[in-house]
Amino acid sequence: MSAQAALERRRQAIYGWLLLSPAAVLLTTFAFYPSIATLWSSLFSRGTRRKPPEFVGLENYRDLMADPTFWLVVKNNLIYAAVTIPVSITIALAMALWANSKIPARGLVRTAYFTPTVLPMIAAANLWLFFYTPGLGVLDQIGALFGLPSVNWLGQPETALWAVIIVTVWKEAGFFMIFYLAALQTIPEDLREAADIEGASRWTYTRRIVLPLLMPTTLFIVVNALINSVKLIDHLFILTKGGPSDASKLILYYIWEMAFAFFDAPHAAAMTILVLGVLAVVAGIKFSYLDKRTHYQ
Amino acid sequence: MTADGFVVLENVAKRWNGQLGVEGVSLAVPRGAFVALLGPSGCGKSTTLRLLSGLEVPDEGRISIDGRDVTAAPPSARNLSMVFQSYALFPHLSVAENVVFGLKVRGIGRAERREKLHRALEITGLAGLEDRKPGELSGGQRQRVALARAIVAGQPLCLMDEPLSNLDAKLRHSVRKDIKKLQRDLGITVVYVTHDQTEAMSMADMVVLMKAGHIQQAGTPEELYYRPANTFVAEFVGSPPMALIDAAVLPGFEGAARIGIRAENVAVAGPGDGRLACRVSECEFLGSETFVGLSHEGATGLTVSMPGLRNIPAGERIEITFSDEHLHFFDGAGRRIEAIGVERPGGSAG
Repeated sequence: MSAQAALERRRQAIYGWLLLSPAAVLLTTFAFYPSIATLWSSLFSRGTRRKPPEFVGLENYRDLMADPTFWLVVKNNLIYAAVTIPVSITIALAMALWANSKIPARGLVRTAYFTPTVLPMIAAANLWLFFYTPGLGVLDQIGALFGLPSVNWLGQPETALWAVIIVTVWKEAGFFMIFYLAALQTIPEDLREAADIEGASRWTYTRRIVLPLLMPTTLFIVVNALINSVKLIDHLFILTKGGPSDASKLILYYIWEMAFAFFDAPHAAAMTILVLGVLAVVAGIKFSYLDKRTHYQ
Repeated sequence: MTADGFVVLENVAKRWNGQLGVEGVSLAVPRGAFVALLGPSGCGKSTTLRLLSGLEVPDEGRISIDGRDVTAAPPSARNLSMVFQSYALFPHLSVAENVVFGLKVRGIGRAERREKLHRALEITGLAGLEDRKPGELSGGQRQRVALARAIVAGQPLCLMDEPLSNLDAKLRHSVRKDIKKLQRDLGITVVYVTHDQTEAMSMADMVVLMKAGHIQQAGTPEELYYRPANTFVAEFVGSPPMALIDAAVLPGFEGAARIGIRAENVAVAGPGDGRLACRVSECEFLGSETFVGLSHEGATGLTVSMPGLRNIPAGERIEITFSDEHLHFFDGAGRRIEAIGVERPGGSAG
């Protein structure tokens, strides 16, 4: 290889590293280092003024396994994810298919569906607080018209989690719809026409052509929804604060409580590591297994 | 042309928000014919095809296929197939799945599907590519998948919307022949939209030339070439197209407004012997011949074909001659005049 070519190669390599470095620095500072630090601190005991923190190995994890609240929170979060993800995606897809068809006031429909996404979660939660409030709330007002008794949706363990789930679905569906709308617009119109000529019904066309072509988007949305089901807890602070009796408490809220209400950083760190682990496994499945079965254009 | 063709359009019109799509289109296509809808972009040829396919419904008029009124029938009820300009292949399905999509939708059994697929792939030369996705095929192969999908169901009518426009020139030439052969072998009726007059002239039994939503002329390629119905047809068909000369420039043709002459009928004359004196504007070398473009203030598109390579500098004076029998006459509105009372000018210089 000539000296010139070698120099050019080195130049390209340096150029590449220079382009990579801003992202690498930011990610290291705010993602990789904190994760490692969290893992490290989850292995130490909680220090007090008298007793400095000492290495306890997996002791904190063992404590968590024995903590009934932890298991309740995990169960809550699983229900929360198992309901919000499919429901919000189904609603998003239905709304997108509708808002993408030739309907009057299409722009208005899209804007209306997207509005919940624009609202900050805290504002949305306050809005729903007003809906759910017993006696005064919109739901009770409507119920009263039909002679139904007043229900304290947020105040009883049987309904609190479901009330929170509904707010999340309401909030997320519009957001996911935007992705579906964008994806639907990349599907050429003549595919539908070709299917029409072949005599495919609307349903067949949707099932055999549209849904498979939306798979990459669906996958993206599923991963997003999954992450959101763990990290989107703003509304808990307004609506239920995890109560009553932990009925609507989610993992991240419990972590926050553990760290900043009970000042038990090591247990919070241990819980964080468990969450990170689960998310990492999910991401691994996504990138290795599902990507291969999905058609990317 | 009889009124009871295989595909019949009667006075069909389609407008969009008051804007013209097509207007007063009447056409009868015999069974087994290869019909080319030809015209510049925006002339309504694709609209006509979409009206035939049922993807659009006409505002006025009647469409019937095989004796059945299908004016308002959905595309699937018209027993036709279609090849799209973009091919419209389903990108996530393999070649085989793309081809049998329609058969599956119609609930045709697995064995029959496989047999038909096999035949269609054989005919289109795609055997061995069954499991590829459209993204893994070349442009020509994709085009053939679209063809295979169109013929697999054995529909008697196939509509093609500029199926060759995405192929390179060389491939286009060979696919042109393949399509023509396919049509003949299968005995299907093809309605073929194109803006390329060479394509239309070389493939079609019948060419329908359109402009601004109206049919200008429908007939065999020879009819369009040798007897253009108006100046638009004259200037559209042929390569190079017909030259038009103001009748005032040539004495003796008072009955006509414009006179047409084709390049092959024009000859160079010696100084003083020609009927029209022009200046050379450009030379186009094509191998066996050179088209010499000429400019004259009373004429458009004058070209003379000269054998071999000629390199005449632009601006040079050149005189041309032609015989009266090769002239076409058009009236003030551009319509063809069949017989004209000509006093023979007797070869005098123009």
